[in-house]
Amino acid sequence: MNSNGNNGDLRIGFYICHCGHNIAGVVDCPAVAQHIAKLPGVVVSRDYKYMCSDPGQELIAQDIREHRLNRVVVASCSPLLHEHTFRNAVAAGGLNPFFFQMVNIREHDSWVHTDVGAATAKAKALAQAAIRRVRFHRALEMTRVPIHPDVLVVGGGITGIHAALTMANGGKKVFLVEREPSIGGHMAKFDKTFPTLDCAACILTPKMSAVRAHENITLWTYSDVVKVEGYVGNYTVTVRRKPRYVKEDLCVGCQECIAACVFKEPKFPDEFNVGLGKRKPIYIPFPQAVPQVVLVDPERCIQVRTGKCKQTCLEACADRQALDFTQKEQLVEIKVGNIILATGFKLFDAKRIPQYGYGLYPNVVTSLELERLVTSSGPTGGEIVLKDGRHPKSVGFILCVGSRDMKTNRWCSRTCCMHSMKLAQLVREHTGADATVFYMDIRAPGKGCEEFYDKSLKEGIQFVRGRVAEVTDWALAPEEEGKLVIRVEDTLAGFVRRIPVDMIVLAVGMEPHADAQEVRRLFNMSCGTEGWFLEKHPKLAPVSTFTDGVFIAGCCQGPKDIPDSIAQAGAAAAEAMALIDKGYIEQEPNTANVMEEHCSGCKSCIPLCPFTAISFDAPSQKARINEALCKGCGTCVAACPSGSIRQNLFEDEEIFGEIEGVLADA
Amino acid sequence: MKYSYFPGCSLKGLGRAYEESLLPVMKHLGVELVELDDWNCCGATAYMSVDEAQAAVLAARNLAIAEQTGPQDLLTPCSACYLVLNKTQHNITDFPDIKTAVHRALGTARMTYSGKTNVRHPLDVLVHDVGLDVIKEKVVRPLKGLKVAPYYGCQVVRPYSTFDDDWNPTTMDQLLATLGAEVIHYPLKTKCCGGSLTGTVPEAGLRLTYILLKEAARRGADVVATICPLCQFNLDAYHDQIERRWGPARVPTVYFTQLMGLAFGFPPRQLGLQRNFVPMKELPTERVAG
Amino acid sequence: MQIKRTIKYEADRVRGFSKEIMSVSGCEQLQSCIQCGTCSGTCPLSIYMDFSPRQVMAMVRADFKNEVLTSTTIWLCASCYACTVECPRKIRITDIMYALKQRAIQEGIYPRRFPIPVLAREFSEMVRRKGRITETLLVMRLFLKANWRAVFASWRQGLGLIRTGRFVLRHERIERRAELDAMLATVGDGKAGGKEAS
Repeated sequence: MNSNGNNGDLRIGFYICHCGHNIAGVVDCPAVAQHIAKLPGVVVSRDYKYMCSDPGQELIAQDIREHRLNRVVVASCSPLLHEHTFRNAVAAGGLNPFFFQMVNIREHDSWVHTDVGAATAKAKALAQAAIRRVRFHRALEMTRVPIHPDVLVVGGGITGIHAALTMANGGKKVFLVEREPSIGGHMAKFDKTFPTLDCAACILTPKMSAVRAHENITLWTYSDVVKVEGYVGNYTVTVRRKPRYVKEDLCVGCQECIAACVFKEPKFPDEFNVGLGKRKPIYIPFPQAVPQVVLVDPERCIQVRTGKCKQTCLEACADRQALDFTQKEQLVEIKVGNIILATGFKLFDAKRIPQYGYGLYPNVVTSLELERLVTSSGPTGGEIVLKDGRHPKSVGFILCVGSRDMKTNRWCSRTCCMHSMKLAQLVREHTGADATVFYMDIRAPGKGCEEFYDKSLKEGIQFVRGRVAEVTDWALAPEEEGKLVIRVEDTLAGFVRRIPVDMIVLAVGMEPHADAQEVRRLFNMSCGTEGWFLEKHPKLAPVSTFTDGVFIAGCCQGPKDIPDSIAQAGAAAAEAMALIDKGYIEQEPNTANVMEEHCSGCKSCIPLCPFTAISFDAPSQKARINEALCKGCGTCVAACPSGSIRQNLFEDEEIFGEIEGVLADA
Repeated sequence: MKYSYFPGCSLKGLGRAYEESLLPVMKHLGVELVELDDWNCCGATAYMSVDEAQAAVLAARNLAIAEQTGPQDLLTPCSACYLVLNKTQHNITDFPDIKTAVHRALGTARMTYSGKTNVRHPLDVLVHDVGLDVIKEKVVRPLKGLKVAPYYGCQVVRPYSTFDDDWNPTTMDQLLATLGAEVIHYPLKTKCCGGSLTGTVPEAGLRLTYILLKEAARRGADVVATICPLCQFNLDAYHDQIERRWGPARVPTVYFTQLMGLAFGFPPRQLGLQRNFVPMKELPTERVAG
Repeated sequence: MQIKRTIKYEADRVRGFSKEIMSVSGCEQLQSCIQCGTCSGTCPLSIYMDFSPRQVMAMVRADFKNEVLTSTTIWLCASCYACTVECPRKIRITDIMYALKQRAIQEGIYPRRFPIPVLAREFSEMVRRKGRITETLLVMRLFLKANWRAVFASWRQGLGLIRTGRFVLRHERIERRAELDAMLATVGDGKAGGKEAS
C-alpha cells in the first residue's frame, strides 16, 4: 500500500456530482454518497450540484487541507472533459494530482439508462471500483520534453513558402526542403489567379525572393527527406541533396552555359511546361526560378551519361567555374523540433477516362496545359493555339474529370469550377472564341467567387448543365466536320445536344501524390481513406496530426485553393511556434516502462509498438521505452511474456482493484 | 483444348453463318467444342423484360448443365447469350433472393449449381487460350489489303466483360491484325447497333445501324467484322430500308470467324459467306508458300 | 396552338414505388443519383425517348409511377449498358429499366399493339413452350399480333432471307421441356407476362 504520509493509512475523499439534472435525474446521488461513505478508507463522502464549478473545486482543495486527504475520487462526467480540472483542484489542495481517479457516471450511466434503481446500483459499483483502485495510485509527475527551436518545412509551394516565412519572421530558424529544382510549386505555373485575376507570378515571386533572402531560412531545393527519427521537439532528419552538377553558391543564373550547350536546340520535354515545351539537358526550370541556379539532367546530359562531351558549358562558365560534373548526392542530417508538411497535390491522369479522348485526339488538353498556353512566358508566348497552329474558335470546358466519380475519385476537387471559369474568361480575352462550360454543379464558395461566376455569365460564357458523356471525332452534321464533338444532355433545357468545338479543356481533379503512403510512413503519420494526409480532427484540428510535432498544411491535407492553403500554412506555423515558444511539451505520465531486471531481451514487444517507441539496447540486451514517444496504449504491457513491462496509471493492482470493486456487491 | 459450346437460338437460325464459320475454325486450331446437352434459350433481353426470376432460372439451367456435364468452360459466341449467362452468374453470387429462387427451381430436376461454370467468349479463348502465335501459324492466305472495321457491339464488352476494355476493346483488333488485315481506327466499335429495335421501332433502331455503316464507309472499310449475330443481321439485312430513309451505306458485314476461315484458306461457301445480303468482295487467290 | 397545363400534385405520386424499384437486387444505388445526365448523354436512344433516362430516374425516385410506366423510354432502351458503365454513381440504370418493363407488362400498361412489349411476351411464351426460339416464326407471330401490314413492307427482306438460306422454319425445341416447365413454375406466377391493356 502506497500513500502520501500518515503511516500509510488511507484517507479518501469521494465526491459525486449531480451535474444539475444530467446525473441526478437518473442516479440517486445522495444514496451513492452514503453507500461510499461506509467503505473502508473513505473519510469524506459528499454529493454536490456542480463539482466542476469554482466552489466545487474549492471544496476538494479545502477538504484535502482540512481532512488531510491523500486520495480523491470524483464521480461525474467524462475524464476527457474534466479530469484535468479535478487534477488541478487536487494539486491546488497540495496533493499530487495523480492520486486522483475519475468515475464517469454520466456518459456511462445516467445518459444511457432510464431505470433509476439500476442506474444507481451501477453508479455505486463504478464508484466502489474507483475507491478500490485509487489506493494503489502513486505520485507521478507530468513529463516535460524540451522543444528544439528549429523547424523543417517539407514542400516549397505557396503553402510551404508562407509557413516558412511566417516562422522565419518570428525569429525561428527554418529549413525549407523542396524536391523540385525551384520553389513555387503549382502556383508558379499559373497565369492569373481567381477571383481577382491577379498575376500569379507577380504575387508569388516576391515571396519566393523573400525566402531566398531571409537570414533565418535555409533553402534546399532539388532535395528530399529520406529519414526521420525522433519525436516531438527532437527530430533528427536526413535530407538527401541531389546533385545539380552546379555549385549553387557560385552560379549566378546568367544561363550562358545553356546557350553554349552542345544541343543547339532544346529537345527534351519540359516538366515545368507540362510537356508542352522543350528544354536542353542543362536548364533552369523557369525564368523566375528560386534559386536562380541552373541544373543538369543526369539522364539526358551526354557528359553525365557517357563522360564524352565537348563540355562547352564548362567553357562558358570559365570565369566562375560553377559547373562541377564530379558532384555527388549528399546526405545531410539536421535537428529540428517541429515539422510542417506542405507537399501539395498531383493532377488526375485524364487518360484514365478514355471517353474524353485525352491522348487520342490532339486538341484535348488538361486545365494545367491550357494554363501554360495562356501564360505569356509559356511555350507559345501566351498564344492559345491548336496543335496545327490555328487559333480555336470554340472551346469546351469539361468539369469534374476524375472528381465526384465513384469509378475514379469520389471527392470534389473544390477548385476546378473556379479554375475553369477563369480559364474560360482568359480564353475569350485572348482569342474571342466561344467558350462553353459543361458542369454538374458550379461550386463557387469563396469570397468574390459567386461574383466571378456572374462575371463569367456576363462575358457570354455559355454554361451547359450536363456531365459530358463522350468526345468524338465523327460527324453527323456538316458543321461537325473536322471538329471534336461533345455529346451531352443539356439537363436544364431538357434535350440531348451535339456540340462541335475546336478544343477541349479537361478540368482534371486533384489527387494525393503517388508516394503519399511512403511519405506519411516516413513521418510516422496517417493518411485518410482517400489518401490525403490525415488531420487530427476535421473540424477542430485541421493542421495537426496524431503525431505530435508534425503538422500538415495546404493541399496535401485535401483539395483547396490558394487563400485556404495560406490560411492553413499560417495555422501550422502558429501551432509550431506555440510549441517552440513554450519551450517544452508536457506529456501525460501514462507511459509504459520496462523493469529491466525482469526483461529477458526476447524482443517480442518491439515490433508491436504502433508508435515505434521501443528500441533494443544492444549493450544491456534489454528493451527500452522512449517515454516521449510512448502514448500509453498498453500493447507491450499485455504482450510481454514475462510481465516485465508496467504502465503508469494502469498497474495490475489498480486494474484488479477496479474489477473487484465492480463485482463486490454483485 | 476442350470447351462446352452454347450456340444459342440465333446461331441455329438467322445467324447460322456464325456457327458455320466458328466450328471449322476452332477445329483447325485444335479446339474441341461439345455442344451443351439440351441447352435452352438464354432468354436474351426479351425474357428479362417480362420476369427477372424466371429469366434467371432459364439461364441458370444452362449453367448447371455445363457444370454437371463439363467441360466447365462454356464457349458462348452470341453476345446476348454471353451477357445473360454472365449476368445470371453474377446475380446468383451477389443476390441471395435470386440464388434461392434458382436453387429451388433447379431442385425440381434434382440439379444443383455451385458457380463453377466459366462463360467464355470465342475472342477471349482465341486470343488468350489459343494464342495469336498459334493462329498466325495457320494463316495461309493473309488478308493483305483488306481494310476491316472491328465492330464489337455492346453486350460483350459491357458490363460483364472480363477479357477486354469496355470503351476501347482490342482483342478483335489484334486478331484481325494477326490475320494480315488492315484494321482501321473505328471509334464506334462499341456503339449499339439498335438491337431488336431495328425491327420494332425502325426510325430509331435503323438509324443507329445507319450511323455505324456510314462511318465505316467514310473511313474506307472494305468490310465490318462483327461478333454478334443480331449486329450482323442489322448491319447486313437492312440496306434497302436504310438507303430509302437516309441514304446509301453499303458495307459488307461478316463474322470475324469468317475472316479467320478465309485466312486459313477455307473456301467461302464453307464459311457461310453466301448468306450475306451484301456480299464481301473476293480476296485475291494467292497463297503464302509453305 | 394547343395549350396544355402540366402540374404534378402530391396525389400523383404513388408512395412506395421508388422503394419497390430500389429493392430490386442491384438497384439500391439509385438513391445516390445526382442527376448529372451522363446516362442520357451516352444513351444512343435517348434522343427518341419522351423522357430521358435521367428524367426517368428522377421520376422513379420521386414516386411518379404512372408517368414512368407509360413513357416510351422504358421500351426504347436497347440494353446496351452504356449508361450503366458510365454512371459516376455506379447506378445500374439498365437493370432499373428492366424492372420498369416488368412492372409495365405485369400491369398491362402499354398500347395494345406496341411491338416491343408484344415481342417480349411472344418471345417468352415461345421459350416456355419450346425451350428455344425459332426467329422466323417469332417474327411472323409478332407481325400478326402487332402490325400485320409490316409483313408486306418486309417482303423484300423475307425473300433475301430465303435466298441466303437464313429463313429457317425448322422448329427449334429442347427435349426435356417438362423439366424446364417445372423449373419455371417455381418462380413468379408461372405465366409469362400479364394481361394486355386495350
